Amino acid sequence: MLQIKNLHVKLEEEDKQILKGVDLTVEAGKVHAIMGPNGSGKSTLSYVLSGKDGYEVTDGSATLEGVDLLEMEPEERAAAGLFLAFQYPVEIPGVGNMTFLRTAVNAQRKARGEEEISAADFLKLVRETAKTLKIDAEMLKRPVNVGFSGGEKKRNEILQMAMLAPKMCILDETDSGLDVDAMKLVADGVNALRNEGRGFLVITHYQRLLDHIKPDVVHIMANGRIVKTGGPELALEVENNGYADILSEVA
Amino acid sequence: MSATKLQPLKVEAAEARLAALTLPEGAGWATEARKAALSRVAAMGLPHRRDEYWKYTDPASLVAAEAPKAALFHNDEGPLFDAIDRVKIVFVDGVFDAAASDDLTLTGVEIERLSDACTKDIHWAKDIYGVLEARNAQSKVDRPLAALNTAFAADGVVIRATGKASKPINLIYLHKSESSDAMLHHLVRVEVGADLTLLETGPAAARFSKVMEVDVADGGAFHHVRAQGRDHERRAVTGTYARLGKESTFKSFTMTFNGVLTRNETLVELTGDDAVAHVAGACVGDGKDFHHDDTVFVTHDAVNCESRQVFKKVLRNGATGVFQAKILVQPGAQKTDGYQISQSLLLDEDSQFLAKPELEIYADDVACSHGSTSGAIDEEALFYLRSRGVPVAEATDLLTLSFLGEALEEIEDERLAQDMLDRLSGWLSRRR
Ligand SMILES: Nc1ncnc2c1ncn2[C@@H]1O[C@H](COP(=O)(O)OP(=O)(O)OP(=O)(O)O)[C@@H](O)[C@H]1O
Ligand SMILES: [Mg+2]
Repeated sequence: MLQIKNLHVKLEEEDKQILKGVDLTVEAGKVHAIMGPNGSGKSTLSYVLSGKDGYEVTDGSATLEGVDLLEMEPEERAAAGLFLAFQYPVEIPGVGNMTFLRTAVNAQRKARGEEEISAADFLKLVRETAKTLKIDAEMLKRPVNVGFSGGEKKRNEILQMAMLAPKMCILDETDSGLDVDAMKLVADGVNALRNEGRGFLVITHYQRLLDHIKPDVVHIMANGRIVKTGGPELALEVENNGYADILSEVA
Repeated sequence: MSATKLQPLKVEAAEARLAALTLPEGAGWATEARKAALSRVAAMGLPHRRDEYWKYTDPASLVAAEAPKAALFHNDEGPLFDAIDRVKIVFVDGVFDAAASDDLTLTGVEIERLSDACTKDIHWAKDIYGVLEARNAQSKVDRPLAALNTAFAADGVVIRATGKASKPINLIYLHKSESSDAMLHHLVRVEVGADLTLLETGPAAARFSKVMEVDVADGGAFHHVRAQGRDHERRAVTGTYARLGKESTFKSFTMTFNGVLTRNETLVELTGDDAVAHVAGACVGDGKDFHHDDTVFVTHDAVNCESRQVFKKVLRNGATGVFQAKILVQPGAQKTDGYQISQSLLLDEDSQFLAKPELEIYADDVACSHGSTSGAIDEEALFYLRSRGVPVAEATDLLTLSFLGEALEEIEDERLAQDMLDRLSGWLSRRR
């Protein structure tokens, strides 16, 4: 599904190398988790994959189902099936959440040569999905993320993910800022989307989320590289001992 | 240049302009007001770019004896507000077109041509014509182009609402001659407790001067929605001069598309307690030839009044936007609630926004705020939208419309607002 090879990324504006050779493959149907100390490059990886400005790829490649991601515009990557749940979802005053969702769904359909969703079908789908995430109608009417609590913003990300039904989902610290119940809701939302055709890359600092979303593979990222890869037990090790052991082991 | 050197230049310009004009004949009681306006023009002279309130907008082409030509703009969109039941009053290059207009009858409203009203000996309009335009509410600001209009505008409508108007009146300004130089002068009186919606649409003329004097009596409500048409080379100077009575409401929204030069002046005086005045505008300009100027003065001269100014400008490819506005709170105008915001969205580095927001307050128990900003498209929001699959052009339009939202929200009638929004979306999407 997602294949990243030897990815090197520096900041466009300054001479600062952030990713220093990331190798990572997420197979369809699998959930991979990435953990790693603050500033190790996890968000940068997710931004580079989704096409944010300000980064320069100096080496390596990233493909989605064999198609070069890095050559595409952000909207083309989305239409190709990539989705990023932002660590810090953006507020867009003046654009209603509903308008935003519908514009996005239809833009992707159009890019794929599909028909636009009818207003009635769309409404039905949003309402149903929102309900499972305990997002009320009033929140749907408000401008995108404006005045949303931290947890509401994260649930809104999952709502978008469910509506867009991407092939490859990257979740950047979707658990941060969530209370225990909300974490369960979000995890249920993610689990409901798990299927054989879909890949997940879940960035998190805590084992707790991984209790709910059981990963197949866990990676540790440090200083711009994947330094260790293992099974779910790796997340437990981090939870119990922190990164010190792992980092000294690979140093 | 010193004031003593400037004044003779302005007077000279007035003399040159006046030489090409003649006072309308058979103007009845208006003759006196016209002559008075004429002598005001002669004394003030015509505006010069060294004048304080013409610093950002060069009035030369508005002042010139001959109007610059403006090519006609053709497009296949139907008339704005066409699906809305309204009384249509059509002017072609500034001349009333009876055949193209509806009957001037409307429940709750009296409508006359200015030239007809002037010949009636007793007429309410006598007390307003040239009076509101000349009132010295903000004395430092000369308005000679408005006085020129009062003196020479031969056509216009005189509207008096005595009850709730059963539908809106739409003044439709068609532009059919490349060299038209038009003047219109309208008078509006909203009587006690009456309610009127006035729509204005169209490019009007190659060069257009319009004055509208609006007198809203106690408890009256005046709603004004205007769209200034799309002819790229047109020029316009418009003035709206309003006086508000107790518990009255004045709400005005202007949408401007294109135009090589537009200067919209609005002066509102809140003279009765508990009155409300909202003045809003949005403009979209594309190219170095676009210059749009909103000059707004709101004077609070009564207790517990609310005023709100919301102006938004979208400028691209070197377009220029100007906003100069003042909230003046007179002594004794306690409990004033004044708000003023002006913002521009600059879609490139060549476009510019020039703003002069002012507050002048002589009362102590008031809440007034103002703000002026200018900025580019929010890159974070743009990326967020794109990451959800919205193409960059569509995402930019969406953010542009959301930027204009606060101004568009000032249109209370949802159908009018929707029509305006559709036009705006069309304008944006043709530029993708
Ligand atoms: N646009 C930028 N300008 C300057 N520094 C940046 C920029 N983007 C990333 N960095 C730096 O790159 C490094 C990696 O940041 P990144 O956000 O990817 O870390 P992270 O692993 O997601 O951290 P966290 O766990 O705290 O979210 C940090 O040192 C960060 O300060
Ligand atoms: Mg991060």
